[in-house]
Amino acid sequence: MAQSLQFEHKWDYAPAPEKIPVQIDDRYGLFINGRFIEPASDKWADSINPATEQSLFKFAVADQSDVETAVAAARKALPGWSGLPAQERAKYLFRIARRIQERSRELAILESMDGGKPIKESRDIDLPEAAKHFFYHAGWADKLDYAFPGRKAGPVGVCGQIIPWNFPLLMAAWKIAPALACGNTVVLKPAETTSLTALRLAEIFQEVELPPGVVNIVTGAGQTGSALATADINKLAFTGSTQVGKLLARQLAGTGKRLTLELGGKSPHIIFDDASIDQAVEGIISGIYFNQGHVCCAGSRLFVQESIMSEVLAKLDIRLASLRVGDPLDKNTDLGAINSRQQLDKINEYRKIGVEEGASLHQPSTSELPDKGYWSQPCYFADVQPAHRLARDEIFGPVLAVMSFRTPEEALSRANNTPFGLAAGIWTDKGSKIFDIAAKLKAGVVWCNTYNQFDASSPFGGFRESGFGREGGRQGLRAYLELS
Amino acid sequence: MRTVTVDRVMIEARAASFTRRSIKEAAKLQGLCMALSMTDLTTLEGKDSRERISALCRKARQPAADMPDLPQVAAVCVYPNHVALACELLAGTGIHIASVATAFPSGQSPLELRLEEVRQVVADGADEVDMVINRGAFLAGDYPTVQGEIEAIKQACGDAHLKVILETGELETFDKIRLASDLAIEAGGDFIKTSTGKIQPAATIPVTLVMLEAIRDHFLATGKRVGMKPAGGISKAKTALHYLVMVKETLGDDWLTPDLFRFGASSLVNDIVRQVRWKRTGNYTANYDVSIG
Repeated sequence: MAQSLQFEHKWDYAPAPEKIPVQIDDRYGLFINGRFIEPASDKWADSINPATEQSLFKFAVADQSDVETAVAAARKALPGWSGLPAQERAKYLFRIARRIQERSRELAILESMDGGKPIKESRDIDLPEAAKHFFYHAGWADKLDYAFPGRKAGPVGVCGQIIPWNFPLLMAAWKIAPALACGNTVVLKPAETTSLTALRLAEIFQEVELPPGVVNIVTGAGQTGSALATADINKLAFTGSTQVGKLLARQLAGTGKRLTLELGGKSPHIIFDDASIDQAVEGIISGIYFNQGHVCCAGSRLFVQESIMSEVLAKLDIRLASLRVGDPLDKNTDLGAINSRQQLDKINEYRKIGVEEGASLHQPSTSELPDKGYWSQPCYFADVQPAHRLARDEIFGPVLAVMSFRTPEEALSRANNTPFGLAAGIWTDKGSKIFDIAAKLKAGVVWCNTYNQFDASSPFGGFRESGFGREGGRQGLRAYLELS
Repeated sequence: MRTVTVDRVMIEARAASFTRRSIKEAAKLQGLCMALSMTDLTTLEGKDSRERISALCRKARQPAADMPDLPQVAAVCVYPNHVALACELLAGTGIHIASVATAFPSGQSPLELRLEEVRQVVADGADEVDMVINRGAFLAGDYPTVQGEIEAIKQACGDAHLKVILETGELETFDKIRLASDLAIEAGGDFIKTSTGKIQPAATIPVTLVMLEAIRDHFLATGKRVGMKPAGGISKAKTALHYLVMVKETLGDDWLTPDLFRFGASSLVNDIVRQVRWKRTGNYTANYDVSIG
């Protein structure tokens, strides 16, 4: 392909920033027993806007005694909440869902300011999906006995929930909605870089008059999480890195507490030579650059059949050229800011490692990066070998590792050659090939001719070091129910 | 020629992403003027009269009397009977005269008659010919006939530009639309065009994207630039901007020109006029405050 297309400035989009003013308090305490309270620790930390590097607000850093206070509140609220007629519990969930919808514009803006994700994504994905999870689980509340026929369903008890920074509000919804529908009470710890929308969700709990103590929110970093894991809880649900997941599994071993883990991934895309190539390229883009690559199921390993490699890469270059990196609040931004300095350092380290290992870096995006803030140009590495760290480690950024294969057997063995097993994508126009390959892939989710499709009714979770337990759907209820 | 497949789910996802671009301020004004300059202002009615063609040609030269700085449209598009009049009225303006020939809209006439019609409109002064493909032969799988006819018509056009109407609403699947696009390009079409406007669905963003991808692949392989004309159902300025976003992000800057991209439309021009007036005055004008074209 000697010809090249020009993506220059003949017609530039004017800035289109989201302009609705939002209010953010100077600081937020802990949400315990239905009220915001000062932390006993008297410790506070700054939450940074990653697009400006400025402090947005201060959050309380909960210590062990704060966590114990929260767990005690949840324990106290448990009999009342689990004893409510199920239809009454459902009504609260419906109200929360409606209130999220009503406040969605404000919440979307806050999510983008606090975490750096483009407003387009927080507006069109995070917020609608968060509301959907409450709606969906509201529907289950009075039908739990039918979810597992022949068994009687009851709550597990007090659930500790630790969520990551990549989909702050959505992950809170994934965790809280099924727990409440099943009659449990909750202590939730949001990630330290992105507490804001969980705290605003607490405001919604107040607005809908959720009984005090049913959901408590303790902010803080790893120590707070560790305190929660060892507190008097009946179940821990964790979404985050495999490293921390292993730590928590050790902490909980032998305690009788239930544990579900949704951890990292290094998910493969397999593109066969009979695929619809432009659409496959679209899937690659959505798979790895969605949310700056801060996605546990990101399609970060790309396997392309040898005969179409040059065509796929040429089209990837064209598509990358029109991606827009910049202000998360601009409605035309495709990739926003990297969530934190720490994460940016990690991504840059891997980009360096990739070059050192001998892979070739391609970075066709033409966006100019702002001076301030944490930014990373979307890129891919060609000539990656399965032994390279680029092909093995989870990077959690907009970095794609491209490899080739010749036969379906080779594609499968390469795709399954990973400690992870969260998701996979297959691209082919041939239906029989889809069924054959999908059945042999070791992944919790396999998408065919599409990627990153989610629904509250569809279970999500991993194989191997990507964790255990499922979230969403009927299967997701299991972790929050005691069956007898 | 390799047969390219198109998957519905992701082509529609990509198409939807263009409609979520937010075009504001100077970019909006520039986009609206660009869309105006790319319009083939069209009337294709059995009741078309001298009076109507005159009004259309006047509108083509000056879309709004109060805004003489607005660009004129790219072309007017009329039935063969009105070509001579349109040529007379638009002589010296630089506005192209397009005519639908080849037994538009069905194409159900003997090839010789269709060729004769093309020679006639070109002789009358049309410098652009909008033909329809033989959908009967295409859907029957007789691709050599379809391609051969396009080649013959291209030859009959002489120097006139040929736009090949696929009538995508009758082809139904994206795979077939892609195949027809590849055939039309291979056969020498200067433009490929979605629809006659007489069949629903007419132009849509996903269908146009499939055709733009065919144009792009042909360019990458050969260096030859083929034009694109979505037609039918594009009546709002905002929709036109979405199409331009798609062109910009799929084919790049080179295609943002009336030489390579056209809208086949009638009421679009007035909606653009109203949008520009709003940008300039802060007020929306009523429909009756914009002249009929």
